Amino acid sequence: MTGTPRLSGSQMTLAYDKRVIAEELSVDIPDGSFTVIIGPNACGKSTLLRALSRLLKPTTGTVLLDGQDVHSLPTRAVARTLGLLPQSSTAPDGITVAELVARGRYPHQSILRRWSSDDEQVVTESMTATGIADLADRNVDELSGGQRQRVWIAMALAQQTPLLLLDEPTTYLDIAHQIEVLDLCAELHERQGRTLVAVLHDLNHAARYATHLIAMRGGKVAASGEPSAVLTEKLVEEVFGLPCQVIDDPQTGTPLVVPAARRRAAVPDPA
Amino acid sequence: MTTTVLDKSIGSRVGIRPRAVTVGIAAAVGTAVISVFTLGTGEYPIAPADVVRTLLGQGTTAQDFIVNELRLPRLITAIVVGMCLAAGGAVFQSLVRNPLGSPDVLGITNGASTAALTVVILGGSSTQLSLAAVAGGLAAALLIQVIGGKHGLHGYRFILCGIGLAAILNGISGYLLTRGIQMENARAMLWLTGSLDGRDWQQAGPLLIVLAVTLPILLLACGPGLRILEMGDDAASALGVPVKVLRTGALFTAALLVSCAAAAAGPVAFVALIAPHLAKRLTRAPGPNLVPSLATGALLLVGADWLAQHAGDSALPVGVVTGAVGGAYLVWLLTTERKAGRI
Repeated sequence: MTGTPRLSGSQMTLAYDKRVIAEELSVDIPDGSFTVIIGPNACGKSTLLRALSRLLKPTTGTVLLDGQDVHSLPTRAVARTLGLLPQSSTAPDGITVAELVARGRYPHQSILRRWSSDDEQVVTESMTATGIADLADRNVDELSGGQRQRVWIAMALAQQTPLLLLDEPTTYLDIAHQIEVLDLCAELHERQGRTLVAVLHDLNHAARYATHLIAMRGGKVAASGEPSAVLTEKLVEEVFGLPCQVIDDPQTGTPLVVPAARRRAAVPDPA
Repeated sequence: MTTTVLDKSIGSRVGIRPRAVTVGIAAAVGTAVISVFTLGTGEYPIAPADVVRTLLGQGTTAQDFIVNELRLPRLITAIVVGMCLAAGGAVFQSLVRNPLGSPDVLGITNGASTAALTVVILGGSSTQLSLAAVAGGLAAALLIQVIGGKHGLHGYRFILCGIGLAAILNGISGYLLTRGIQMENARAMLWLTGSLDGRDWQQAGPLLIVLAVTLPILLLACGPGLRILEMGDDAASALGVPVKVLRTGALFTAALLVSCAAAAAGPVAFVALIAPHLAKRLTRAPGPNLVPSLATGALLLVGADWLAQHAGDSALPVGVVTGAVGGAYLVWLLTTERKAGRI
């Protein structure tokens, strides 16, 4: 990485009304990385993501996107560079998959330019990349949780932003769908060269998929860097207050966090 | 990875739905047909064919006077009032993301009523009454925006604020009625019911201008953004919708339409709630469904007016018919929504 990254936050104070979540918070999102933000509940990780995606204006400090304060840029211009998959979105009643994905083209359209061959191609590609092309005419409310999340990701992809932020994209999904969504993210990162930033709860998922890890606690960055350097027994204990053992993931060799058992050796239950 | 070849283009799947076009056209045709019958109704009945001929400038002098001079302005008022109420209602329901979040539930219509009543009790002119109604509706919108809109317009806070404001304004209206003398009260009660009697170009003209100015704003500037806004503030913001500006703009434009409609015909009940809801149910399309709502609103009001004129020996105010029909629809709606587990 050379020079300043495209997206960074410096000396930010983040607060909802008067409730301060983080102070003097600075982060860099390395270009081309799959950055994952981890941390205990209420550590400010979602708040950080909201600030980076200009949903929340820092009380002090700035978020810089391509060297400019993100809050000074026109909304539509930001939406062409920076995409966000919020934690909760509502699919309007009766909307089809194709219609929802096509809404990702909104920042590229205007009163005069409504639908172009560009839009057509990008939406088709986004649906193919997320494996939902077959579902194009289905109503979104008929889909399973995993399929629905793919549709939302396809919509964010259709936005064609070099930077994409995902707020807990695996929440409410079962383990198979979680892996499915993360594999999809990894593929988008590798194949399309997009910079991804995700908030995740599962440390082992974070370790496996991230190229850059940011661990937060109490509104501060506790550590950041490569997962193997960041995710140590000491850090997990420090950040989450969880005694654990970190071993190598037998599949990938990335750190695997094994929480310490309450009783050391598991004795087979006599019953 | 396999690529699925789509059998038809995405553009043809995401544009205006054929069903929405059908609903819009059907409602417009229905409005036209009822209009012809309405124009033929009255002390001097005129056959539908003669009505059409007269509208095209081929009628006798007497027919021309009766249709084009006497009855047409009232009919145009009905159509435009229906459209204004429906457009306002559609925008409100979309903004608060609730089919019951109509301007008559949220205090806008009540703002217009209370202000208009004040003028009636003080013995003001009909121009003053109209201006007061518009100002009252906009003031009510400002109040709920300031008090209840702090965290967006879709939350319970906004809706409860609106309902509270509506209740307070109803109380004030009730008080005003007890203060008025009998003759003023009769005028006030008739106005509060919503009526098209005696409406002419004086009401239709300004209303047409307001609709002509606000409609392009709603359809072109607000429509696409409102559709996106239904996915949630965060998602809309991420897609580049200027959420606050759009919401405030759409709220006041809708409030203006509803208040102007009230200024012209009184607070005609339920049309703002039902027209957009019916349109949405028929088109089954997401979004505020502005164009089908407009056509449905015109159809509802013209239809209700025709019914009102045929209901008994003497013509009823149109608000009585929309109130009765709308109330029944609301009960049915609540029952089906409850069965579907949505409320």
